[in-house]
Amino acid sequence: MITATVETRDNYLNHEYGVKSWLLTKDHKRIGLLYLAAITFFFFLGGIFATVIRLELLTPPGDLVSAQTYNKLFTLHGVIMVFLFLIPSIPATLGNFLVPLMIGCKDLAFPKINLLSWYIFMAGGACVLYAMLQGGVDTGWTFYVPFSTSYANTYVILTGVGIFISGFASILTGLNFIVTIHRMRAPGLTWFRLPLFIWSMYATSLIQVLGTPVIAVTILLVAVERGFHLGIFDPALGGDPVLFQHLFWFYSHPAVYIMVLPGMGIISEIVSVFTRKKVFGYRFVAFSSVAIAVLGFLVWGHHMFVASQSVYASLVFSFLSFFVAVPSAIKVFNWTATLYKGSISYDTPMLYAFGFIGLFTIGGLTGTFLATLGFDVHVTDTYFVVAHFHYIMVGGTLMAYLGGMHYWWPKMTGRMYPEGWAKLSALVVFLGFNLTFFPQFIMGYLGMPRRYHAYPEEFQVYHVLSTAGASVLAVGYLIPAIYFVWSLRFGKIAPDNPWNASGLEWQTTSPPPPENFEITPVVTYEAYDYSILEEMKVG
Amino acid sequence: MNPQFQLFPDQASATAVHLDHLTIYLLSIAAFFSTLIFALIFFFAVKYRRRSGHERVSEIGHALPLEIAWSVIPFVLMMIMFTWGASVFFEMSRPPDDAMNIYVVGKQWMWKTQHLEGQREINELHVPLGRPVRLTMTSEDVIHSFYMPAFRVKFDVLPGKYTTAWFNPTRPGKYHLFCAEYCGTLHSGMIGWIHVMEPAEYERWLAGGAGGESLASSGQKLFEYLACANCHRTDKPGRCPNLTGLFGSKVQLTTGETVTADEAYVRESILNPGAKVVAGYQNIMPTFQGQVTEEDLLQLIEYVKSLAKQPAPPPPAPGAARAARRAEPKQNR
Repeated sequence: MITATVETRDNYLNHEYGVKSWLLTKDHKRIGLLYLAAITFFFFLGGIFATVIRLELLTPPGDLVSAQTYNKLFTLHGVIMVFLFLIPSIPATLGNFLVPLMIGCKDLAFPKINLLSWYIFMAGGACVLYAMLQGGVDTGWTFYVPFSTSYANTYVILTGVGIFISGFASILTGLNFIVTIHRMRAPGLTWFRLPLFIWSMYATSLIQVLGTPVIAVTILLVAVERGFHLGIFDPALGGDPVLFQHLFWFYSHPAVYIMVLPGMGIISEIVSVFTRKKVFGYRFVAFSSVAIAVLGFLVWGHHMFVASQSVYASLVFSFLSFFVAVPSAIKVFNWTATLYKGSISYDTPMLYAFGFIGLFTIGGLTGTFLATLGFDVHVTDTYFVVAHFHYIMVGGTLMAYLGGMHYWWPKMTGRMYPEGWAKLSALVVFLGFNLTFFPQFIMGYLGMPRRYHAYPEEFQVYHVLSTAGASVLAVGYLIPAIYFVWSLRFGKIAPDNPWNASGLEWQTTSPPPPENFEITPVVTYEAYDYSILEEMKVG
Repeated sequence: MNPQFQLFPDQASATAVHLDHLTIYLLSIAAFFSTLIFALIFFFAVKYRRRSGHERVSEIGHALPLEIAWSVIPFVLMMIMFTWGASVFFEMSRPPDDAMNIYVVGKQWMWKTQHLEGQREINELHVPLGRPVRLTMTSEDVIHSFYMPAFRVKFDVLPGKYTTAWFNPTRPGKYHLFCAEYCGTLHSGMIGWIHVMEPAEYERWLAGGAGGESLASSGQKLFEYLACANCHRTDKPGRCPNLTGLFGSKVQLTTGETVTADEAYVRESILNPGAKVVAGYQNIMPTFQGQVTEEDLLQLIEYVKSLAKQPAPPPPAPGAARAARRAEPKQNR
């Protein structure tokens, strides 16, 4: 039988065995899996913090944990989810695994640097974990000064060093992708034949390389002021606290696009395969990724409308922020148009893609609300903002990540996941997510400030709904965790191309051999050309 | 805020009503586009579902007019958002000239408010109905944010800097005051109440308070206590500039620059006298950093302001400053 030959076929998983073969691997696929293990750990750790936060907020008084503990919980939830889960999530796992496969080469341009980036990431993560075990940090993930430099009595520098270090992993991954995409595309694979996932990874990498050094410098300045009392940000020492906010958001706003652009890339892949159509307006979608990456650097001041920056600066930042909405809107419309006259199937990845488009639409529209000057004054630093960025980061990025994990799981592991359970979990995640975060829009507009350990009673009804939703959401995340592990041993053996997709990653075996392709593929067709596939089959 | 279930917060000022109109526009746009997208996805997903392995599709690579339309139409709608939002923002940013001034000092974890008449409050603020209130705010420690949802007012309160916000209460009642910028352990305890009172009731409250002495006269006492008057003489030229008529005027500096003597200038000149030295004077003033609190500074500023209102200030009596403030031309427009 075919299955028997698949089992014994040489692939990147059975090529070598033992811990050392993993820890010293230079294979991008194995490094992708190393990242996967690490970020899965951080995701569930951050999720535990979120669970305690939601339980605390079930009742108005701060009764479950102390105020100090609550502050540490939301800080660690933010730090871990942003820096140790969302930013590396898609690029470092799926990106690492897929970029060389999708462009038809043997590995990334710098395999050793790729492995180094994983170790740097782990060192940064270990630093944050060590700070957590020592007693944690209570500054919020935004580290606003002068609180973080002169007032907090927690492990600010240690946590900052962790983020500082992990930033270098992000820079190296970005650098590796840029060089690889420029130099190592298979013969015939021109820029406009690239899958849109590659375009989005390229745009993301640009932000990683250009933006991350700024957060590194900012954290360093915080550490210097905190450690040596040099006046940089604290007015008592002669510094300027608003300067910190400019530096922080100069990175942290583009960082949102580091998180969501790769998700958009995944959605383009999935929507195309499960409608059997080319992505509508390929060039518009490709360029919109680059446009988002570039414009994303020009809008940081919209986080500071009430922070005492000049009203004219606010005016300019508000104006520019609407420009980011245009390429985002283009993507949503183009994915929707791709469905038109397609042949749509409802496999799990497609369900996640539907979920992404819906939730990202709401997240994006509320983003334009927040770019609107007067409106932002009322809702900034309330749950409205919390709801908005969770719609983008969880409703967007995480839905895309899960969709991508299901879509490429057969390629990564050589096993199919159980379709029934997967569909169920996609539904549970979607419902749980909306129940958790939609009420937060309403309570934010009603005036519920974020980062509150205790709150006035009139907000309780929304918090109860939100906590109920979070419980559903937690179940939705646990189900895939269980069946993915289960499928490693008991899942059906995956064929090489279970979705009948046209991407190069599907033209090799599942799982791929260590060198990815026995023969370097030559590309003569555009991405998502399914008619070619039919011809190849017939031929 | 009413205890019952509601979707919009209390509207206790005209600005709140203006913002809510903008919100309704935003919500309509959002409702239209999300309904459109959801409906199309749902419709396409059902209509074009794959039937029995049949994979026939119609390739429509792109349609330029359509793509331009769905780039341009949302953009135009967003420019309306931008313009409307900016106009509400400018309304929020510009206090009317006749606004009464109230000082706010934030510190971990309380709000301290001072009325010009001398009343001081903690975590509470009493204001009269129908009169614009301008808040001049600063922080003793970290960044806070003064947030009153019922008036749709929020502005950060920073150390080392004065920021302003304003509101004009149009409905009597008791409204939430929150700190909206995370400020440490008891951030969620840094809350209070805004009491909007009928003007007559407010006058009674002012008269009955424990204050007694106006902010400006507290400032004058402090001015004397700190021996500022030894150099800043008002009767004859001294070693330092005469402060009479200073506030609000243009000041020529030794560097040749000209600055307006506003709150920030006075504050800086007390804490860091060498930063902006007036032309024709030596930098001989010692710093008062560490000797005066933010509240003291506000009293001193109020005293300096009172000197601007009359050429030669008479010896202060309780209530004199209040009368002076009422006589100020700006206040009566």
